[in-house]
Amino acid sequence: MKARFLIPLGGFVLLVILLGIGLTMDPRDVPSVLIDKPAPGFTLPDLHNLEQTVSSDAMQGQVWLLNVWGTWCPECWREHSFLMYLKQREGVPIVGLDWRDDAADARQMLAQEGDPFLFVGFDPDSKAVMDWGVYGAPETFLIDKKGIIRWKHKGGLNPEVWSNELKPLMQQLENEA
Amino acid sequence: MSRLLTAVFLLLICVAAEGGKVEAYAFDSAADEARYKQLVAELRCLVCQNQNLQDSNAELAQDMRRQTYEMVSAGKSNEQIVTYMVDRYGDFVLYRPPLKSSTFLLWVGPFILLLIGLGALLWVVLRIKRTPEPELTTEQHERARQLLEQDEDKNP
Repeated sequence: MKARFLIPLGGFVLLVILLGIGLTMDPRDVPSVLIDKPAPGFTLPDLHNLEQTVSSDAMQGQVWLLNVWGTWCPECWREHSFLMYLKQREGVPIVGLDWRDDAADARQMLAQEGDPFLFVGFDPDSKAVMDWGVYGAPETFLIDKKGIIRWKHKGGLNPEVWSNELKPLMQQLENEA
Repeated sequence: MSRLLTAVFLLLICVAAEGGKVEAYAFDSAADEARYKQLVAELRCLVCQNQNLQDSNAELAQDMRRQTYEMVSAGKSNEQIVTYMVDRYGDFVLYRPPLKSSTFLLWVGPFILLLIGLGALLWVVLRIKRTPEPELTTEQHERARQLLEQDEDKNP
Protein backbone atom coordinates (compact mmCIF):
# COMPACT_ATOMS: atom_id res chain seq x y z
CA MET A 1 0.00 0.00 0.00
CA LYS A 2 2.90 2.32 0.77
CA ALA A 3 4.11 1.99 -2.81
CA ARG A 4 1.19 4.21 -3.85
CA PHE A 5 3.10 7.22 -2.62
CA LEU A 6 5.64 6.47 -5.33
CA ILE A 7 3.11 7.07 -8.14
CA PRO A 8 3.32 10.92 -8.08
CA LEU A 9 7.09 10.68 -7.60
CA GLY A 10 7.34 8.35 -10.59
CA GLY A 11 5.22 10.74 -12.66
CA PHE A 12 7.43 13.63 -11.64
CA VAL A 13 10.63 11.78 -12.55
CA LEU A 14 9.13 10.85 -15.93
CA LEU A 15 8.21 14.48 -16.57
CA VAL A 16 11.72 15.65 -15.62
CA ILE A 17 13.25 13.11 -18.00
CA LEU A 18 10.91 14.17 -20.84
CA LEU A 19 11.59 17.88 -20.32
CA GLY A 20 15.30 17.13 -19.97
CA ILE A 21 15.33 15.45 -23.38
CA GLY A 22 13.40 18.44 -24.73
CA LEU A 23 16.08 20.82 -23.45
CA THR A 24 18.86 18.99 -25.29
CA MET A 25 17.05 19.25 -28.64
CA ASP A 26 17.52 22.28 -30.85
CA PRO A 27 14.16 23.51 -32.15
CA ARG A 28 16.00 25.54 -34.81
CA ASP A 29 17.41 22.39 -36.32
CA VAL A 30 14.60 21.83 -38.80
CA PRO A 31 15.26 18.63 -40.76
CA SER A 32 15.88 19.39 -44.41
CA VAL A 33 13.54 17.82 -46.91
CA LEU A 34 16.04 18.34 -49.70
CA ILE A 35 18.69 15.78 -48.73
CA ASP A 36 18.98 13.13 -51.48
CA LYS A 37 16.74 15.23 -53.73
CA PRO A 38 17.87 16.91 -56.96
CA ALA A 39 19.35 20.34 -56.24
CA PRO A 40 16.91 23.10 -57.23
CA GLY A 41 19.52 24.99 -59.20
CA PHE A 42 19.53 28.73 -59.72
CA THR A 43 20.16 31.41 -62.28
CA LEU A 44 20.94 34.71 -60.59
CA PRO A 45 22.71 38.01 -61.28
CA ASP A 46 26.49 37.69 -61.02
CA LEU A 47 27.64 39.53 -57.89
CA HIS A 48 30.70 40.81 -59.71
CA ASN A 49 28.69 42.05 -62.67
CA LEU A 50 24.98 42.41 -61.97
CA GLU A 51 24.25 42.81 -65.70
CA GLN A 52 25.21 39.18 -66.26
CA THR A 53 23.84 36.01 -64.74
CA VAL A 54 25.48 32.95 -63.24
CA SER A 55 23.88 29.52 -63.12
CA SER A 56 24.42 26.39 -61.06
CA ASP A 57 24.27 24.45 -64.36
CA ALA A 58 27.96 25.29 -64.76
CA MET A 59 28.73 22.81 -61.95
CA GLN A 60 27.15 19.78 -63.63
CA GLY A 61 29.23 16.61 -63.31
CA GLN A 62 31.24 17.94 -60.37
CA VAL A 63 31.14 17.44 -56.62
CA TRP A 64 30.75 20.97 -55.28
CA LEU A 65 29.67 23.11 -52.35
CA LEU A 66 27.05 25.83 -52.29
CA ASN A 67 27.63 28.33 -49.50
CA VAL A 68 24.88 30.76 -48.49
CA TRP A 69 26.28 33.92 -46.91
CA GLY A 70 25.81 37.65 -46.46
CA THR A 71 27.89 40.52 -45.10
CA TRP A 72 25.21 41.06 -42.42
CA CYS A 73 25.91 37.64 -40.94
CA PRO A 74 28.67 37.60 -38.28
CA GLU A 75 29.20 33.84 -38.49
CA CYS A 76 29.87 34.21 -42.24
CA TRP A 77 32.81 36.48 -41.46
CA ARG A 78 34.15 33.95 -38.97
CA GLU A 79 33.72 31.13 -41.47
CA HIS A 80 35.34 33.03 -44.31
CA SER A 81 38.98 32.21 -43.57
CA PHE A 82 38.14 28.51 -43.47
CA LEU A 83 36.44 28.76 -46.87
CA MET A 84 39.67 30.36 -48.14
CA TYR A 85 41.58 27.41 -46.71
CA LEU A 86 39.23 24.94 -48.43
CA LYS A 87 39.75 26.66 -51.76
CA GLN A 88 43.51 27.21 -51.55
CA ARG A 89 44.72 24.10 -49.74
CA GLU A 90 42.05 21.49 -50.45
CA GLY A 91 40.95 22.68 -53.88
CA VAL A 92 37.26 22.44 -53.04
CA PRO A 93 34.99 24.04 -55.66
CA ILE A 94 32.70 26.42 -53.77
CA VAL A 95 29.88 28.46 -55.27
CA GLY A 96 28.60 31.42 -53.27
CA LEU A 97 25.02 32.60 -52.80
CA ASP A 98 24.98 36.15 -51.49
CA TRP A 99 21.71 36.48 -49.64
CA ARG A 100 19.75 39.69 -48.92
CA ASP A 101 22.86 41.76 -49.20
CA ASP A 102 24.18 44.98 -50.61
CA ALA A 103 26.23 44.12 -53.70
CA ALA A 104 28.88 46.77 -53.06
CA ASP A 105 29.35 45.63 -49.44
CA ALA A 106 29.61 42.02 -50.54
CA ARG A 107 32.18 42.81 -53.26
CA GLN A 108 34.19 44.79 -50.75
CA MET A 109 34.18 41.90 -48.29
CA LEU A 110 35.51 39.53 -50.95
CA ALA A 111 38.16 42.05 -52.03
CA GLN A 112 39.26 42.52 -48.45
CA GLU A 113 39.03 38.96 -47.09
CA GLY A 114 39.71 37.02 -50.27
CA ASP A 115 37.29 35.35 -52.64
CA PRO A 116 36.85 31.60 -52.02
CA PHE A 117 34.08 31.26 -54.63
CA LEU A 118 34.17 30.12 -58.25
CA PHE A 119 31.27 32.47 -58.82
CA VAL A 120 28.65 34.18 -56.64
CA GLY A 121 24.93 34.46 -57.31
CA PHE A 122 23.34 37.63 -55.95
CA ASP A 123 20.00 36.92 -54.27
CA PRO A 124 18.56 40.05 -52.62
CA ASP A 125 14.93 38.78 -52.62
CA SER A 126 15.52 35.24 -51.27
CA LYS A 127 14.42 33.75 -54.62
CA ALA A 128 17.01 30.97 -54.77
CA VAL A 129 17.27 30.85 -50.99
CA MET A 130 13.61 29.83 -50.73
CA ASP A 131 14.07 27.18 -53.42
CA TRP A 132 16.89 25.68 -51.39
CA GLY A 133 14.85 25.75 -48.17
CA VAL A 134 17.36 28.03 -46.44
CA TYR A 135 16.26 30.10 -43.44
CA GLY A 136 19.55 31.15 -41.91
CA ALA A 137 23.12 31.86 -42.88
CA PRO A 138 25.71 30.54 -43.21
CA GLU A 139 24.52 27.29 -44.65
CA THR A 140 26.44 24.91 -46.90
CA PHE A 141 25.17 22.23 -49.29
CA LEU A 142 27.16 19.40 -50.86
CA ILE A 143 26.00 18.45 -54.34
CA ASP A 144 27.18 15.31 -56.14
CA LYS A 145 28.04 14.71 -59.80
CA LYS A 146 24.44 13.88 -60.67
CA GLY A 147 23.19 17.13 -59.15
CA ILE A 148 21.75 15.50 -56.01
CA ILE A 149 22.06 17.28 -52.63
CA ARG A 150 23.89 14.80 -50.40
CA TRP A 151 24.64 16.79 -47.25
CA LYS A 152 23.97 20.11 -45.67
CA HIS A 153 25.41 22.01 -42.76
CA LYS A 154 23.83 24.89 -40.86
CA GLY A 155 26.23 27.34 -39.30
CA GLY A 156 29.85 27.99 -40.09
CA LEU A 157 32.16 25.36 -41.54
CA ASN A 158 35.16 24.56 -39.37
CA PRO A 159 38.07 22.07 -39.29
CA GLU A 160 36.08 19.57 -37.21
CA VAL A 161 33.09 19.41 -39.52
CA TRP A 162 35.48 19.24 -42.47
CA SER A 163 37.61 16.35 -41.25
CA ASN A 164 34.81 14.39 -39.55
CA GLU A 165 32.00 14.72 -42.06
CA LEU A 166 32.60 16.69 -45.19
CA LYS A 167 36.00 15.45 -46.37
CA PRO A 168 35.23 11.70 -46.13
CA LEU A 169 31.86 12.23 -47.84
CA MET A 170 33.41 14.29 -50.65
CA GLN A 171 36.06 11.62 -51.26
CA GLN A 172 33.35 8.98 -51.44
CA LEU A 173 31.30 11.08 -53.88
CA GLU A 174 34.37 11.77 -56.06
CA ASN A 175 34.76 8.00 -56.49
CA GLU A 176 31.16 7.56 -57.60
CA ALA A 177 30.50 7.37 -61.30
CA MET B 1 11.79 58.80 -11.56
CA SER B 2 8.23 58.24 -12.76
CA ARG B 3 8.82 60.74 -15.55
CA LEU B 4 11.80 58.76 -16.71
CA LEU B 5 9.74 55.55 -16.64
CA THR B 6 6.99 57.21 -18.66
CA ALA B 7 9.55 58.37 -21.22
CA VAL B 8 11.02 54.88 -21.52
CA PHE B 9 7.54 53.40 -21.82
CA LEU B 10 6.54 55.82 -24.59
CA LEU B 11 9.79 55.07 -26.41
CA LEU B 12 9.02 51.35 -26.24
CA ILE B 13 5.59 51.97 -27.75
CA CYS B 14 7.23 53.85 -30.65
CA VAL B 15 9.66 51.00 -31.21
CA ALA B 16 6.83 48.47 -31.15
CA ALA B 17 4.80 50.50 -33.63
CA GLU B 18 7.80 50.82 -35.94
CA GLY B 19 8.35 47.05 -35.84
CA GLY B 20 4.76 46.35 -36.84
CA LYS B 21 4.93 47.68 -40.37
CA VAL B 22 3.47 45.39 -42.99
CA GLU B 23 3.73 45.57 -46.74
CA ALA B 24 0.61 46.78 -48.51
CA TYR B 25 -0.30 44.44 -51.33
CA ALA B 26 -2.96 45.20 -53.92
CA PHE B 27 -5.18 42.26 -54.81
CA ASP B 28 -7.34 41.74 -57.88
CA SER B 29 -10.26 40.52 -55.82
CA ALA B 30 -11.47 40.28 -52.24
CA ALA B 31 -11.37 36.49 -52.57
CA ASP B 32 -7.64 36.60 -53.37
CA GLU B 33 -7.01 38.84 -50.41
CA ALA B 34 -8.90 36.48 -48.11
CA ARG B 35 -6.91 33.57 -49.49
CA TYR B 36 -3.64 35.42 -48.89
CA LYS B 37 -4.63 36.26 -45.32
CA GLN B 38 -5.61 32.68 -44.61
CA LEU B 39 -2.33 31.35 -46.03
CA VAL B 40 0.01 33.70 -44.18
CA ALA B 41 -1.85 32.91 -40.96
CA GLU B 42 -1.35 29.17 -41.41
CA LEU B 43 2.24 29.18 -42.61
CA ARG B 44 4.90 29.26 -39.96
CA CYS B 45 7.92 31.52 -39.95
CA LEU B 46 11.17 29.55 -39.79
CA VAL B 47 13.21 32.32 -38.22
CA CYS B 48 10.98 33.23 -35.29
CA GLN B 49 9.48 29.84 -34.88
CA ASN B 50 6.46 30.57 -32.79
CA GLN B 51 5.04 33.12 -35.17
CA ASN B 52 3.18 32.70 -38.42
CA LEU B 53 4.22 34.54 -41.56
CA GLN B 54 1.65 37.24 -40.91
CA ASP B 55 3.01 38.19 -37.48
CA SER B 56 6.70 37.85 -38.19
CA ASN B 57 8.93 40.78 -39.04
CA ALA B 58 11.84 38.55 -40.02
CA GLU B 59 13.19 39.37 -43.47
CA LEU B 60 12.72 35.82 -44.65
CA ALA B 61 9.06 36.03 -43.57
CA GLN B 62 8.70 39.20 -45.68
CA ASP B 63 10.08 37.33 -48.67
CA MET B 64 7.82 34.35 -48.00
CA ARG B 65 4.82 36.68 -47.77
CA ARG B 66 5.80 38.23 -51.09
CA GLN B 67 6.14 34.77 -52.61
CA THR B 68 2.68 33.87 -51.27
CA TYR B 69 1.27 37.10 -52.67
CA GLU B 70 2.81 36.50 -56.09
CA MET B 71 1.47 32.95 -56.21
CA VAL B 72 -2.02 34.02 -55.11
CA SER B 73 -2.01 36.75 -57.75
CA ALA B 74 -0.84 34.27 -60.37
CA GLY B 75 -3.98 32.25 -59.64
CA LYS B 76 -2.28 29.31 -57.93
CA SER B 77 -4.53 27.27 -55.66
CA ASN B 78 -4.02 27.20 -51.90
CA GLU B 79 -2.91 23.60 -52.23
CA GLN B 80 -0.25 24.52 -54.79
CA ILE B 81 1.11 27.29 -52.58
CA VAL B 82 1.24 25.09 -49.49
CA THR B 83 2.91 22.31 -51.50
CA TYR B 84 5.47 24.85 -52.76
CA MET B 85 6.41 25.77 -49.18
CA VAL B 86 6.37 22.19 -47.86
CA ASP B 87 8.60 21.00 -50.74
CA ARG B 88 11.20 23.52 -49.60
CA TYR B 89 10.85 23.74 -45.83
CA GLY B 90 9.08 20.50 -44.91
CA ASP B 91 5.98 20.00 -42.75
CA PHE B 92 7.59 22.38 -40.29
CA VAL B 93 6.09 25.39 -42.12
CA LEU B 94 2.59 24.16 -41.44
CA TYR B 95 0.76 25.05 -38.25
CA ARG B 96 -1.56 22.16 -39.02
CA PRO B 97 0.78 19.34 -40.05
CA PRO B 98 -0.76 16.40 -41.94
CA LEU B 99 -1.51 13.15 -40.10
CA LYS B 100 1.23 10.64 -40.90
CA SER B 101 3.53 8.25 -39.08
CA SER B 102 5.98 10.96 -37.93
CA THR B 103 3.21 13.25 -36.65
CA PHE B 104 0.94 10.49 -35.30
CA LEU B 105 1.86 11.06 -31.64
CA LEU B 106 1.39 14.81 -32.08
CA TRP B 107 -2.21 14.33 -33.17
CA VAL B 108 -3.19 11.36 -31.00
CA GLY B 109 -1.08 12.13 -27.89
CA PRO B 110 -3.57 14.50 -26.22
CA PHE B 111 -6.38 11.97 -26.61
CA ILE B 112 -4.22 9.22 -25.13
CA LEU B 113 -3.52 11.46 -22.12
CA LEU B 114 -7.26 12.20 -21.83
CA LEU B 115 -8.04 8.47 -21.83
CA ILE B 116 -5.43 7.85 -19.13
CA GLY B 117 -6.94 10.64 -17.03
CA LEU B 118 -10.50 9.34 -17.46
CA GLY B 119 -9.33 5.81 -16.62
CA ALA B 120 -7.69 7.01 -13.40
CA LEU B 121 -10.82 8.95 -12.44
CA LEU B 122 -13.05 5.93 -13.08
CA TRP B 123 -10.73 3.71 -11.05
CA VAL B 124 -10.82 6.04 -8.05
CA VAL B 125 -14.61 6.52 -8.19
CA LEU B 126 -15.28 2.77 -8.43
CA ARG B 127 -12.94 2.04 -5.54
CA ILE B 128 -14.75 4.51 -3.28
CA LYS B 129 -18.11 2.96 -4.24
CA ARG B 130 -16.88 -0.56 -3.58
CA THR B 131 -15.76 0.22 -0.02
CA PRO B 132 -18.61 -1.25 2.13
CA GLU B 133 -20.33 1.03 4.64
CA PRO B 134 -19.51 0.00 8.22
CA GLU B 135 -22.29 -2.18 9.67
CA LEU B 136 -23.46 -1.45 13.20
CA THR B 137 -25.00 -3.82 15.68
CA THR B 138 -28.35 -3.02 17.32
CA GLU B 139 -26.58 -1.99 20.53
CA GLN B 140 -24.32 0.39 18.68
CA HIS B 141 -27.34 1.95 16.94
CA GLU B 142 -29.03 2.38 20.30
CA ARG B 143 -25.95 4.04 21.79
CA ALA B 144 -25.67 6.40 18.86
CA ARG B 145 -29.33 7.41 19.29
CA GLN B 146 -28.80 8.08 23.00
CA LEU B 147 -25.72 10.18 22.33
CA LEU B 148 -27.60 12.25 19.78
CA GLU B 149 -30.53 12.80 22.14
CA GLN B 150 -28.20 13.80 25.00
CA ASP B 151 -26.69 16.35 22.70
CA GLU B 152 -30.12 17.82 21.89
CA ASP B 153 -30.97 18.09 25.62
CA LYS B 154 -27.89 20.16 26.27
CA ASN B 155 -28.49 22.55 23.39
CA PRO B 156 -32.20 23.25 23.19
